[in-house]
Amino acid sequence: MIFKEKTFTLFSLIMLIFYINNLAAEDIARYEVTGNSIIKPLNDLTGKPERGQELFRDQNKGNCLACHRLSTLNDSFQGNIGPLLDNVTLRLTEAQIRLRIADMKQVNPYSIMPGFYRSPERINRISPLYEGSTILTAQEVEDIVSYLVSLNLKSSGEYK
Amino acid sequence: MKPFNLSLFQFLLLFIVCLLLISSPLKAELISGYDFLSNQAKEMQNDDFQNPGYAMIEQGLTTYNRKGENDKLCSQCHGENGDKFIPESIAQFPKFHKILKRPVTLRDQIQLCWGKRLDNFPLLYDDTDLLALETMIRNKAYGEEVNVNISGNMQPYYDAGKKFYLTRFGQMDMNCAQCHDIYTGKMLRGQKLSQGHTNGFPLFRLESQKMVNLPQRLRECFRSLRAETFAQDSDEFRNLEIYLNARGNGLKIETPAIRY
Repeated sequence: MIFKEKTFTLFSLIMLIFYINNLAAEDIARYEVTGNSIIKPLNDLTGKPERGQELFRDQNKGNCLACHRLSTLNDSFQGNIGPLLDNVTLRLTEAQIRLRIADMKQVNPYSIMPGFYRSPERINRISPLYEGSTILTAQEVEDIVSYLVSLNLKSSGEYK
Repeated sequence: MKPFNLSLFQFLLLFIVCLLLISSPLKAELISGYDFLSNQAKEMQNDDFQNPGYAMIEQGLTTYNRKGENDKLCSQCHGENGDKFIPESIAQFPKFHKILKRPVTLRDQIQLCWGKRLDNFPLLYDDTDLLALETMIRNKAYGEEVNVNISGNMQPYYDAGKKFYLTRFGQMDMNCAQCHDIYTGKMLRGQKLSQGHTNGFPLFRLESQKMVNLPQRLRECFRSLRAETFAQDSDEFRNLEIYLNARGNGLKIETPAIRY
């Protein structure tokens, strides 16, 4: 009897998790690529730079520091596979940064950089755990874009 | 002082030598994963007592001395404690099996012996006994240079492995070559990217704190790429193993190694 109750609770818990997951899953926005940029913000969302900084560091989200360095951050381990991102807006516009985060392979097909908003249909053998999803949501991409754009305005120190 | 004068013939000769130098394929130097370790980890690998791989070898020896279902012993063919194993032969795996007409890895060969010669219930790919035996046998070739033959029958499998190596997988959408050929030596967070050689397998992974063989390590790679993995005994992973081992031809076997 106890065993049955336990299995039932487990089952309902799993169903609940699936349900919440489905609620959280959003439709992947279609975006228009103009040249080497996406001019319009994804889903017309506005990014929050503070949240962008968290995502930029988060190892399960953007994890940008795995490959890039940012001298204004004092994280001890920063990668050097990609370019330094200090003052990135001096060489790229906001729209260009947006495409590079969303799907770098549309700029350079041989790039190692993952497409953080690349359509899952264009991915080879995605794990069942991540099926139909992108690494970041549209809001999260916008958050990181706004963070990188704000870097130029704040000359030093962390974004507060 | 004589002025530096070249006749037409000498000039042509020099020109041809230069051309030859430029066109000769500049082969990248092979660097074992050992050279990417910290001094502390290097010490750990070299010390038989600190290196957890040697406990696995002990376990392998216990399995090695266990009687099969038909009362036969491994040692009847391979000698006491595996003294009759030929290091050169171990370093040649994976190689083409003439009867099965397909390549076999060292792991496959152990399984074949286990099932056919000892008449045991087949070893599963996840079995610790298989991992222990592989570690113990591969260790017999410690210091031997990897020497996989990729000509003749092995060529198509090697080519398939190379194609796999260059295929992008998973949500991270990367292939093996991007990290282990192009960006070798660069930092991924706190970790230096190695050339991804297989001369230390089976090895002790510091990150997961356990012994792994090559397919188990590849499955962990696939997990971090967020890709759907392949089975440990799949043809894809076997072909990749052929390519990876052959890619490190000439490197000395370090089993049991320590790696990140």
